[in-house]
Amino acid sequence: MTDLLGLAYWAETSIKLGVALIVIPTAALMLGYLFLLKMMAFMQSRLGPQDVGPYGTLQLIADAVKFLQKEDIHPAAADRRVFRAAPVVVLASSFLLFVVLPTGPDAVVENLDTGIFYAMAVSSLSVLGVLMAGWASANKYALLGGLRAAGQLIAYELPLILAVMGVVIQADSLNLQQIVRAQAEGEIFGFGLIGNPFILTQFVGFLIFMIAAQAELTQTPFDMPVAETELVGGFHVEYTGFRFLLFFMAEVATAFAFSALATVMFLGGWWIPGFDFDAPVLNVLGPVVMLVKILLVAFIIFWIRFTYPRLREDQLQKFAWKVLIPLSLANIVVTGIFKVVL
Amino acid sequence: MSDLLRSYLTVAIFGAAAVLMAFTMFGVARVLRPQRPTPQKLIAYESGVDPVGSDWTQSQIRYYVFAVLFVLFDVEAVFIFPWATRLDVYALFGLVEMAIFIFILVLGLFYAWRKGVLRWV
Repeated sequence: MTDLLGLAYWAETSIKLGVALIVIPTAALMLGYLFLLKMMAFMQSRLGPQDVGPYGTLQLIADAVKFLQKEDIHPAAADRRVFRAAPVVVLASSFLLFVVLPTGPDAVVENLDTGIFYAMAVSSLSVLGVLMAGWASANKYALLGGLRAAGQLIAYELPLILAVMGVVIQADSLNLQQIVRAQAEGEIFGFGLIGNPFILTQFVGFLIFMIAAQAELTQTPFDMPVAETELVGGFHVEYTGFRFLLFFMAEVATAFAFSALATVMFLGGWWIPGFDFDAPVLNVLGPVVMLVKILLVAFIIFWIRFTYPRLREDQLQKFAWKVLIPLSLANIVVTGIFKVVL
Repeated sequence: MSDLLRSYLTVAIFGAAAVLMAFTMFGVARVLRPQRPTPQKLIAYESGVDPVGSDWTQSQIRYYVFAVLFVLFDVEAVFIFPWATRLDVYALFGLVEMAIFIFILVLGLFYAWRKGVLRWV
């Protein structure tokens, strides 16, 4: 499965690592430019960045260079070691998510059998980094933001995991490639031309997954942990220069990874109708198809972000525990009944 | 090395690469950035006024009961994952078993709800 070019393990892993080191920052820059800068600007009747590069495309690179030159301030009272480690933990969490994302029959870094389970586990690591940042800053706003983030992320972790369960039942596997295969080989009432993207049978699961992902990414309407107007940025108030940029990069890269997960599980992944599942040409076309679908999902995430106002903290908890969790449990049982009885 | 261990070696390499990337960036920044700390610069930021009281204040963690509930339901999710992958084999037996399991859990959630645990206190 892993021998894409028939190379030795070390050579192959080095190549994949090299590709990932290019793809991940590029993905973050692309989402940042397209949605955070340009789309937000247009939705607010502005033009957004214009001057750096054609249509302002190089704005974020200029920003990164600017951040590199900023003084690195550690508050005197901060817990220095934890303060320094926190952004690295958050970045590592989003980096590790990219290991399992499949973009073609062989174009995947590592096709782990635990696939989706691994992705869920790794993505929840970022809570740790956020809590570390909030605590170590020795700042009241940061502490409040960190605690809010912890409360929010654990509340929405559950609907996220439980929503995935419906897909796992339908695909009989945790492996992300198997989930894509199950969708490619599925049939809609005997009509198998476009396979069976699970969004058709798991639309409740898709809805819950997207809402929970929105909360996990701390995007508005679930952005109390980083609320600028009340917490002046929450857990990253005290961060300057490049450490702040790492938080920002990790946030956008994780948004990209979650969109990719939603694509793989609900929108049919990299498979193109009409092709053999194992056709080698899909290693080239698959990533393109994935990118289009990812941008579509990410567009929805940021569209909601720019449209809705912030929820209140108690509304947020109530929504998770009283609506999303019972709904996702019901979804599991109903999916199970359909699977076994019908 | 077995394939299983080897695939997780890749995971470890990627984790190490992320840490390495972060530290390389810090290294580059160290060369480029100025370093002129003053005592005023290093006090905690509280919207421009001098910080009040100590830096780590007491704050009420209102949702600690939610955290206990979370542990409960997370363990449940761990049980459901293997069941979900093998439902084809267990068929009706597995379905009834899991329905009972989820029913008991929902009962627990409902109990917590009625007890007022899910209310913001």
